[in-house]
Amino acid sequence: MKRRLLPAAALLVAAVAFPALGQKKYDPGASDTEIKIGNTNPYSGPASAYGAIGKSIAAYFRMVNDRGGVNRRKINFITYDDGYSPPKTVEMARKLVEQDEVLFLFQTLGTPSNTAIQKYMNAKKVPQLFVATGATKWNDPKNFHWTMGWQPNYQTEARIYAKHILQTRPNAKIAVLYQNDDYGKDYLKGFEDGLGPQAAKMIVAKASYEVSEPTVDSQILQLKSSGADTFFNITTPKFAAQAIRAAYDTGWKPVHYLNNVSNSVGSVLKPAGLDKAVGIITSAYVKDPTDKRWANDPAMKTWREFMAKYNPDGDLTDPFNVYGYSVAATLEQVLKQCGDTLTRENVMQQAANLKRFRIDTLLPGITISTSPGDYAPIEAVQLERFNGHEFELFGEVISNEQ
Amino acid sequence: MTRRAATVTLVLLALACVLPFVLTNYHTFQATLVLVYAIALLGLNILTGYNGQISLGHGAFYAIGAYVAAMLMDQAGMPYWATIPIAGAVCLVAGFLFGLPALRLEGLYLALATFALAVSMPPILKAHFIEKWTGGVQGIVIVKPDPPAFLAAVGIKLNADQWLYFFVLAIALVAFLLGWNLISGRIGRALVAIRDHHTAAEAMGINTALYKSLAFGVSALYTGVAGALGAIAVQFVAPDSFNVFVSLAFLVGIVVGGLASLTGALYGALFIQFVPNIADELSKAAPWAVFGVFLIAFVYLMPTGAAGAVRALTRRRSEGKLSHAKEALP
Repeated sequence: MKRRLLPAAALLVAAVAFPALGQKKYDPGASDTEIKIGNTNPYSGPASAYGAIGKSIAAYFRMVNDRGGVNRRKINFITYDDGYSPPKTVEMARKLVEQDEVLFLFQTLGTPSNTAIQKYMNAKKVPQLFVATGATKWNDPKNFHWTMGWQPNYQTEARIYAKHILQTRPNAKIAVLYQNDDYGKDYLKGFEDGLGPQAAKMIVAKASYEVSEPTVDSQILQLKSSGADTFFNITTPKFAAQAIRAAYDTGWKPVHYLNNVSNSVGSVLKPAGLDKAVGIITSAYVKDPTDKRWANDPAMKTWREFMAKYNPDGDLTDPFNVYGYSVAATLEQVLKQCGDTLTRENVMQQAANLKRFRIDTLLPGITISTSPGDYAPIEAVQLERFNGHEFELFGEVISNEQ
Repeated sequence: MTRRAATVTLVLLALACVLPFVLTNYHTFQATLVLVYAIALLGLNILTGYNGQISLGHGAFYAIGAYVAAMLMDQAGMPYWATIPIAGAVCLVAGFLFGLPALRLEGLYLALATFALAVSMPPILKAHFIEKWTGGVQGIVIVKPDPPAFLAAVGIKLNADQWLYFFVLAIALVAFLLGWNLISGRIGRALVAIRDHHTAAEAMGINTALYKSLAFGVSALYTGVAGALGAIAVQFVAPDSFNVFVSLAFLVGIVVGGLASLTGALYGALFIQFVPNIADELSKAAPWAVFGVFLIAFVYLMPTGAAGAVRALTRRRSEGKLSHAKEALP
């Protein structure tokens, strides 16, 4: 029975993958010569450090256009400043969709900003592709067919730590410190889901803090007194540094898992004290431009050449510039797959049809896979451990891909 | 109002009514935002322009108005139009109460106190104990109001953007009429007297404490109504929407538009809506530097604001006509 269905299924797949072979089909924003893509980024305001992402994406498309474009079509990347203010994002998204008539929006940045436009984009049936935020809610194809994330989301990452604990120390007694907001709870949920039925038994203590609190010292004391031997640290950089120092100074020596949000050596581990951070386990998925391992890596060499030629003002130590390069490369692949059918529906279909796609600025072994029911492109990270000077990758790439 | 001013107003009003039918939906949405900002600026102008109290914190009242509307629609299922007066009333009380202690503060000290209000607003909105209602960092997504059924019944077909524009326009008209009425009467004169000479005003028997607090309350009421309308237009509220820059933009708006001028609110609203967009088009690297250049140019060329410049222009024209007429006499 199953075998008899196979040819029919193959036909169906072919029909979906190559609709209208040899025939061009366009939605607004696409033509024989051009593909218009819209974006919002905070080039001004409190979050303007993220603006590097928008600039490196624009630089990437300049390079693509110099190479002759995608399927002979030039990319017209229109990006506007929203200052990280959701009302401005709404205004700019409407401008891009209704006035500039872009084919779709790509890499709009920020969780609140994307929340603000999600309903609008889905009502208009315009793709909101590869949004630049780590929240888990972008992987919801049932309710939001037109919205898709890109980077490993918080829950995915937390599940991977849980997996590692279950594999290496199934009898661990775990203490969790988390920031009391969406971001913190997103991580906590992923972690508890990852531990599964063991969660209630294994997590012996939980403490939360508010962003407005001056320190997390008392929370660390509380967690230490629970007798836990494992610590999952879900904190933003300032609090991460405090937690690392406090855990060390109180003589608590747990196996320490730190979320990816705060895995910067310069802004977290150094202020905490490098010696106090030895042994910390965290995760990564993009090659760190400051990491000596990649000094002679061909992919990173290509990236440095790209930076010199197309983004000369960009900071060569800024991981955001690798991020922008990598996500733009993902989009290039989606557009290649779209062929001459540049409709909004097909853009979504092809974005949801990436099969183990590899970008060499991501860590070795990390691939991008999506499907109509899986809107989470990167679902793998590699664990790394701090040796007192730098992070060392260890073990295999751990994937949460179903 | 002179006859000419009345004619100009009527012509402008007619233009405003035609606008959404010639503009795209996106531009109609922008025009709606301009009206929203104009109401907020009108409120701040009553306080700062007419009464001389500097507020760097009106973004906070804007946020309160927006959240009251959003929470009532989201939690209580209230229709959008019913939330406007409630948002206004809440802000009136909040403004009046904030105005009471602010009485002891003058000039720069008041500016700092209100600045603190603006700075503390986003963390308050994120606070854990009210998260159930405010949605925390996540904010609240609101449904866009559809045009009422009775309009379609009488054969007027509007889309959601056009309807919202007219809804805001109607409220803006009422707001400006009431504002004009307030300013041109006894209360307005008292406010100006307090601004110009505090002691003399008191000597004349004006209850300065009451009037100053009242000015704060009314001003917050206007800004709160604007906040509620803004939330409905944008269909989303979140703490990040109401950072301290909103307050600064309002202050910039009234100064550029013209202090102590009702029409100035409209010019200022146009400025804060469109100049940042122009700045962004000109430079991605430093949009704020471009904005700064615009600001300096405006302040330098129009020291009394756009309203003052327009006033000077029309006066010169009518004076010109007058002298012309004199020369014609034998």
